[in-house]
Amino acid sequence: MGREMRNMKNKTIKEYKTRASIWIWQLLSLAAAILLWFVLSKIPKTSRSFPFATQVIPAIKTMIERDVLWKDFASSIISILAGFALGFVTALPVGFLMAWYRPVQKILEPWIQFVRNIPALAYVPLVVISVGVGRKPQIIVIWLACFMTTSIMIYQGIKSVDLTLIKAARVLGAEDRDIFFKVIIPATTPFVITAVRLGLSAALTTLIASESTGAVAGMGMRIRSLSNTFETAPMLLYIILVGIIGMTFSKIVDIAERRLTGWQEKIEL
Amino acid sequence: MAGEDRAVKLRIDHVKKEYQSRNGIMRALDDVSLDIHENEFVCVVGPSGCGKSTLLNIIAGLLQPSEGEVFLDGTPIQGTGRERGVVFQQYALFPWLTVMDNVLFGLNLKKVPEKEAREIALKYIRSVGLEDFIDAYPKELSGGMKQRVAIARAYAVNPEVLLLDEPFGALDAQTRAQLQSELLEMWEQDKKTCFFITHDVDEAIILAQRVIIMSARPGRIKKIVNIDIPYPRTQETKSTKRFLELKAEIWNQVYQEYMEVRK
Repeated sequence: MGREMRNMKNKTIKEYKTRASIWIWQLLSLAAAILLWFVLSKIPKTSRSFPFATQVIPAIKTMIERDVLWKDFASSIISILAGFALGFVTALPVGFLMAWYRPVQKILEPWIQFVRNIPALAYVPLVVISVGVGRKPQIIVIWLACFMTTSIMIYQGIKSVDLTLIKAARVLGAEDRDIFFKVIIPATTPFVITAVRLGLSAALTTLIASESTGAVAGMGMRIRSLSNTFETAPMLLYIILVGIIGMTFSKIVDIAERRLTGWQEKIEL
Repeated sequence: MAGEDRAVKLRIDHVKKEYQSRNGIMRALDDVSLDIHENEFVCVVGPSGCGKSTLLNIIAGLLQPSEGEVFLDGTPIQGTGRERGVVFQQYALFPWLTVMDNVLFGLNLKKVPEKEAREIALKYIRSVGLEDFIDAYPKELSGGMKQRVAIARAYAVNPEVLLLDEPFGALDAQTRAQLQSELLEMWEQDKKTCFFITHDVDEAIILAQRVIIMSARPGRIKKIVNIDIPYPRTQETKSTKRFLELKAEIWNQVYQEYMEVRK
């Protein structure tokens, strides 16, 4: 018992050390990025595109005063979340159906793969022609992008469920219903989380494309309109904000992943 | 010793199994008949491809025989059932459940009341010596510990027979010997009928009352050897004269099969 306690203590010390080193590396990484930014802002050729933080930070105030920052942010978030939610909710049954019924998979998968590889920007005009401008085409385009990515991921997740686990459940007396709820669902959770991660990232990437026609507000729409007036400081601010939104999504998914799939065996690199 | 006077627990009656393969029909099992008695410990040895796992899967109800039937206590089996517990080589623990919840899995399906289920689970977790690990996840356990959990999980639902499919095949020699001893101890307590598959002749002799030697392609029973070494057996048993004699005899038979397969 004494040895185990000591091991535990060593473990926590080691944990602190790794945590400290992660912190130090993150700080160094941030410093390097700021340095690069600074250099870019000084080189004549790039200085117009990359105004330094001293100009970008005040742009926050400018955009708030123009009464657009919150509207753009809210509009984009609403589109992303609505599109993603629709994409996820529709992908879930389709992913399961593809895994369950071979004909469904044989017919649907090639097309999903095909459409998935077309950049959303290419078909945005088609969507606009059909449903008009405004929020509707934005949500539809994001929905499509999320659906393509998540349905494939969920399908692959179900396909990869270890057959031995299903056998083990069967011999312990599990019926089909138990197999579904007590084996398939938990075994697929890691894939569903990856699907959420990829889906959110697809939503964000598609957002800019989806706001390219006729949006009245939104991060992507604003970047476009600021580019017409060569206001690079607020543009860069918006670009950084889009990055922060993406990072936040990713962190939220990280937390969910740790909560829900902490049981997973991880390969330490 | 073979227990002819005891009741037949499991009757394998002219079981055949054929697979449709690319080169026509592959016969995995060819007319296998075997009676396993109440409280008996039977080991099946044979080269890979002799259909021993197929046979176990048929008994478990995970595979359908092409012909023939399997009877448990005189009733033909239909599909899987918790009266036939299985321990798999790959452990097959649910990675998202703790040790306790893995062992509880079958008890919950059986609708055993929560408190009673926990007591039963704890009893078997104790008997495999893992009471300090009830809240651990499978990823935190070694191979030997995982297989101990799997054994406890199979025992917990109190099956009539225990089917073990090369359960120690993936373990190192020391862990394997230790688990053999532990399994023997458990078997001697309640003499649960065991059908144990292995390719390790030593393992078969140390555990079983009867060793079934199978021939390959098509798989059939080649010979049955009674192991007349009294229990309790320990690892020292492996160096006794009788053990070595039996080992030579069984090895000879198995070796012929290996050569047959290589041809």
